[in-house]
Amino acid sequence: MIAAAYAAEDAGHGGGSEGGLPNPMHQFEIKRLIPFELFGVDVSFTNSALFMVIAASVITLFTVYAMHSRALVPSRLQSVAEISYQFIANMVRDNVGTAGMQYFPFIFTLFMFVLALNMLGMVPYSFTVTSHIIVTFALAAFIFLGVTLIGFIKHGWKFFKFFVPSGVPMVMLPLLVVIEVISYLTRPLSLSVRLFANMMAGHTMLKVFGAFVVALGFFGGWAPLAFMVAFTGLEILVAFLQAYVFAILTCIYLNDALHLHH
Amino acid sequence: MDPAAAKLIGAGLASIALVGAGIGIGTIFGNYLQGALRNPSAAPSQFANLLLGFALAEATGLFGLVVALIILFVF
Repeated sequence: MIAAAYAAEDAGHGGGSEGGLPNPMHQFEIKRLIPFELFGVDVSFTNSALFMVIAASVITLFTVYAMHSRALVPSRLQSVAEISYQFIANMVRDNVGTAGMQYFPFIFTLFMFVLALNMLGMVPYSFTVTSHIIVTFALAAFIFLGVTLIGFIKHGWKFFKFFVPSGVPMVMLPLLVVIEVISYLTRPLSLSVRLFANMMAGHTMLKVFGAFVVALGFFGGWAPLAFMVAFTGLEILVAFLQAYVFAILTCIYLNDALHLHH
Repeated sequence: MDPAAAKLIGAGLASIALVGAGIGIGTIFGNYLQGALRNPSAAPSQFANLLLGFALAEATGLFGLVVALIILFVF
């Protein structure tokens, strides 16, 4: 019945007549804003790219402008920049240690970028860049490869000792090493899918309940509207939380690579 | 069986994984509250672990949701 309502909407779009419920998946469509092809590869400037540019600009403008006066007693805006710096610096120091502080610029950039992308998605009629698995997978794959490379550069072949936990009886070792390797290799997958699923599921729910508000009309629509207000608040919290979890897991994986204990 | 019907049934079955997410999240927050009510001064220091644990527990449930969505929209 619901599928028929979505199908009626799709058919309605084609015929221009009265349709059913709007399709909640249309919001994730990639649109080419400036078509551009390079050696047969489509490198158009898409709506996804636009919002990445907006996120990067917002972060840069915010941090540069907030800190431009460099007052010893910070103004309100400078306090916000200092608090976000402190928040990430403490997280890196607690989870990676002093050796990890050299990677702080990367972790800070990662956190602010994912946070800005998630928050921009909460703006009505905007596009959520992190709701595409390829975006989150690209981030997670580079983090995984980078962290593994750091581990090999720092420890050489001793890095493989990471997969052999200490204090394990010899009988269980072959099975345990296989399990350890598999769980290590699923790290980029879980990191990317966690962010992607949270963003996509959240935004799909927002669209579905929005459709209910309109469909139930003036007298019935207040109930889903109240739920939508509460759920939008939850989604803003989830946007921040998922950015934080992405960054802290990166710190934990970096700690595993730098200091090889389980 | 009609493939479209099989897709819908498969997606519904895969969504059962979210039960695990609900139980896991409830366990984590319940244990945090229990500890916080016994030792309120130690609660803020563990808040970061609470958020991390919540996200990790929810992630496994969402993997099941992703399987459901793959069944519905990819096949």
